[in-house]
Amino acid sequence: MSQTTEGGTVPPRAGAGEVVLEMAGLTKRFGAMLANDRIDLTLRRGEVLALLGENGAGKTTLMNLLFGHYLPDAGQIRVADAAGALQPLPPGAPDAAIAAGIGMVHQHFTLAHNLTALDNILLGTEPLFALRRDRRAARARVRALMERSGLAVALETQVGRLSVGERQRVEILKALYRGARILILDEPTAVLTPQEADRLFETMSAMAADGLSVIFISHKLREVLAFSHRILVLRQGRNVGGMATAEADEAAIARLMVGEESPPPPAKREAPGAPLLVLDGVTLPGEGARAGLDGVSLTVRAHEIVGIAGVSGNGQAALAALLSGLAAPAAGTMSLAGREIRRFTPAGFLEAGVGRIPEDRHHDGVVGAMTLSENLVLEELDTPEVTSGGFLRRGAIRARARAAIADYDIRAPGPDVPVRLLSGGNIQKLILARVFGRSPQLILANQPTRGLDFGAAGAVVRRLLEARERGAGVVLISEDLDEILGLADRIAVLQGGRLAEARSRDRGAIGMMMVGQAA
Amino acid sequence: MIRIEPRAPSPLVNLAVPVLAALVALLLAAIPLALAGADLGQAFALMWQGVFGSLFTVTETLTRAAPLILTGLAAAFAFRARLWNIGGEGQLYLGALAAVAVGTGAISAPPAVMIPLVLLAGALAGALAMALPALLKIRFGADEVVTTLLLNFVVLLFVQMMLEGPFKDPMGMGWPQSEPIVDAAMLPPLVERMRLHAGLLIGLVLALVLHVVLGRTAWGLRIRAVGENPAAAAHAGIPVGRTLIGAALVSGGLAGLAGVGEVAGLKGYLTADLSPGYGYAGIVVAMLARLSPLGVVAAALFIAGVFVGADSMSRAIGVSSYLADLVVAIALLTVLVGGFVSQYRLVRVRAGGEGA
Amino acid sequence: MTEVLEILANANFWAAAIRIATPLVFGVLGALICERAGVLNLGIEGIFTAGAMAGWMAAWLGAGLWGGVLAAALTGAGFGLLHALLTVPLGLSQHVSGLGITLLATSAAYFAYRTALPDVSSPPRIEPFGALDIPVLSELPFLGPALFQHTALTWLALAMVALVWWVLARTPLGLAIRAVGDNPDAVDAQGLSVYGLRIGAVMAGSALMAVGGAFLTMAAFDAFFFGMVNGRGWICIALVIFASWRPWKALLGALLFGAFDAFQVRLQTELGGAVPGQIFLMAPYLLSIVALVLAARRADYPRALLTPWFKGQR
Repeated sequence: MSQTTEGGTVPPRAGAGEVVLEMAGLTKRFGAMLANDRIDLTLRRGEVLALLGENGAGKTTLMNLLFGHYLPDAGQIRVADAAGALQPLPPGAPDAAIAAGIGMVHQHFTLAHNLTALDNILLGTEPLFALRRDRRAARARVRALMERSGLAVALETQVGRLSVGERQRVEILKALYRGARILILDEPTAVLTPQEADRLFETMSAMAADGLSVIFISHKLREVLAFSHRILVLRQGRNVGGMATAEADEAAIARLMVGEESPPPPAKREAPGAPLLVLDGVTLPGEGARAGLDGVSLTVRAHEIVGIAGVSGNGQAALAALLSGLAAPAAGTMSLAGREIRRFTPAGFLEAGVGRIPEDRHHDGVVGAMTLSENLVLEELDTPEVTSGGFLRRGAIRARARAAIADYDIRAPGPDVPVRLLSGGNIQKLILARVFGRSPQLILANQPTRGLDFGAAGAVVRRLLEARERGAGVVLISEDLDEILGLADRIAVLQGGRLAEARSRDRGAIGMMMVGQAA
Repeated sequence: MIRIEPRAPSPLVNLAVPVLAALVALLLAAIPLALAGADLGQAFALMWQGVFGSLFTVTETLTRAAPLILTGLAAAFAFRARLWNIGGEGQLYLGALAAVAVGTGAISAPPAVMIPLVLLAGALAGALAMALPALLKIRFGADEVVTTLLLNFVVLLFVQMMLEGPFKDPMGMGWPQSEPIVDAAMLPPLVERMRLHAGLLIGLVLALVLHVVLGRTAWGLRIRAVGENPAAAAHAGIPVGRTLIGAALVSGGLAGLAGVGEVAGLKGYLTADLSPGYGYAGIVVAMLARLSPLGVVAAALFIAGVFVGADSMSRAIGVSSYLADLVVAIALLTVLVGGFVSQYRLVRVRAGGEGA
Repeated sequence: MTEVLEILANANFWAAAIRIATPLVFGVLGALICERAGVLNLGIEGIFTAGAMAGWMAAWLGAGLWGGVLAAALTGAGFGLLHALLTVPLGLSQHVSGLGITLLATSAAYFAYRTALPDVSSPPRIEPFGALDIPVLSELPFLGPALFQHTALTWLALAMVALVWWVLARTPLGLAIRAVGDNPDAVDAQGLSVYGLRIGAVMAGSALMAVGGAFLTMAAFDAFFFGMVNGRGWICIALVIFASWRPWKALLGALLFGAFDAFQVRLQTELGGAVPGQIFLMAPYLLSIVALVLAARRADYPRALLTPWFKGQR
């Protein structure tokens, strides 16, 4: 492994400091699932430890145990006190974790949007019933911290108005302000551009050299190899191996992460056919927190997967709303299979043969309180297969649900189970069954594998490839560049509401486009 | 430490919870009764007698249940679409007013025409009364809880105004009451010489119809989807606004029918104290029924029994008749807690250590 | 037109406007505190009634006027605690629980009143709060009778506006309450208790609502009547949205409302029976609906309002 990385930083030598954290035999169950199985871990002063694993491997659970959000079913955590002696950490108590010098930056930020950055940092650090607040002194302390760490934030701006990268810096400052000696970052780069991510890691490396211990959770091999001192790999809740990063072998780690399962076979390619979707100069104003689209043009043909890369918040939600029929463009035209669309309604789009896999499957995809079979037919309540004379054909619907359970490998007790009792992966399979059951001509897949376990993600990928095979066009919106590089025939980048086709498949070039700089 | 976990639905629990909630509410009535210095055994015995003592008391309970079934259905149906119609009371009065408008001699026709006519007029008036808050919600995002609550006061004042103005009975000796409903428009009685009227049958039939609509029709499925998750419903191509308006019209119409039943089945004329809060009690009925139309029938019978039993008991031993309202209010809270018990279970989590 | 000017030029009109606004100020502030912490409190109408009853009853039993106010506040806090327990740790529907509290508090107040006074035909009266004539200022022409001859409760309401504003804007507690209504996870992650903050806020807000009710029986009138709250609680819920959850705007909203109400009462006497009285009585409710419709579109609801939060589930 070369010591020089793309970002140009050199990871300092693995910290040889004293042990600051020791986890022994940590075990956590959720129902029948063993999320963490007897995990041991040690962390030294000034060390950057990468916790690597697929989605669902148990990384976040382990960190939530450390921070006291969950109670372990077994095992013990010991943390060094200010004098360096290891003390047992009371389980299930975030305030005890904070007091012991542990700071956590969650994947979903825990910030109050209606407060300023400074107030978010100060929240909980002052005596609750104090009659006045010394914001001036506190601001000076935070300023000093910003200078020392290199994390810059507009302190008097409401967090709701900050960018995602700034919010992350607020989160880190929050932890540092409370005296964190151990910093946990849960998938810190998931929401950042490659450049922002590199900058974050440079800052972290510098702070580690200054004595901070860092655990960062990731499933991106590249950044783990570039920025950590040591790697711990989790798979299905078990610690399957650890090594010093300098001695790490990329292929070996990949095997550790995914097990022996082989990746999906490369699909046969057919030449792209007739244009299915044509967007021409589409402009959509932003709405609330949602960024808009600005003169977007895009053509998707039959037998083609077009990947839309970009950092979230750059118009992906608007593009998805447009292609779902939930929003109409203010300017520009959209045609499906050669016919210009004038009525933008989800029902109209469904009729025109558009299948949609929504980004937030719980919020937009299913009705949790209703049964699996009812959710399966939700998009086609007007078809003779589902209703006759306004009445539901319950027998036919159930039969269809049983077939879907078998074909799509949905793990559910039966067609009448309320969907809220299914896991995220099985809910996604249900949505796949609903979408692909209609053999759509155009498919919008918005973050289709996010948060899924390996099996469910594989099912998504297989169905998308099959659809391409039979002649459908696919729009794949994803923040995971690796996913896009692995699946898409063509790649376009969405940045600031503008869409530009990537001329090369080079990661660095696409990354530059994602931050708005032409490669 | 205790954790909350969702549990799979069980038909047994779904049935047991409201029954237990109702019983607990009744038992909790012992506290105000004891505070008022009543002999508890005697009080509960009198309550029982007040409901089941004779054919008369039983038909009285059923007579009270008739409007409660309809206002209960009105609330349950709207709540299924997550439309918080708290305006049942106002819709009931508007329904009654419409019944009086067409049923006091303005039109004369045989019963086969008049009865459907007053029912239709009442349902229409109630439906329109609920359409306004629904439109304000969809169009402007105005919270329908507050608008329907406030409209109750407006409607009641409007009815008073009408009863002192154009609708006032010239033969009413100056009382603000309407002219009597003509005989041809009166709902027929169900039991000889008792006050029980055909409004009860209307409620029972509509409960059955709504049960089928919600469970077996595409429209019912749309309403449930919009209620449980409007974002997913919209994403799946269901017209959310139109579905909500439909639910609002049905809900308001049901409450309007309750008003028709009270004037054209029971009282014979309209006064401003027609309803002792049937609209609000309908919310309790709906929650106690866990929003199931068939459950509404059972819940309405229970609440009607509480009203009739507590009334007659409190008259007999001289306790305030507000006891009945107290029991109804407690029932709403106990069934709410019961709903929690049936949806979730509490799991004791052992802290750390070697335990598994 | 001259009639309108005559009404506005009358000091009594402005005094009436402030008198009508006083209970609403308490109510809107109470609802504001609850909602800022993320809990809708539809128990307000019943808590008004219970506060009116409890305050009056305590004074009638000889606890003194301030003893009555304290009794009302404690009663309100008690019903607030019940609402908070149901909606915060148990996470039950805030709508249903609130309506249940309203039904419970109202019927409990009526039942208690009837049980204590079974046989009275005309409600017994107490000696209510008198006007607190501010020296010198109350002697001023026009301004004196309009602004400086109000009861102590009106001044308390004004002080409460300042206090609630100061706590929310300037203290760590207020910071935490604002945060818990926006994102409870943020509060939890900083080691503060989401449940404690929300339960405390709902109890404090409910106590204020009950004092608003007590104003009716102990300052505006001198006795307890059935149905005397008459939708004031619901009006407060609409006014909170109109005030966009800000204490000084809540005061402004309540005063505007009071002025309008006082105006329509006077206009009604001016017009002397040409228009049915109910038209005027409807006005406050219709006005509230209009205010709600106007405010709803740009309403910036506390983000976590109505959303239950459970510890350890993220």
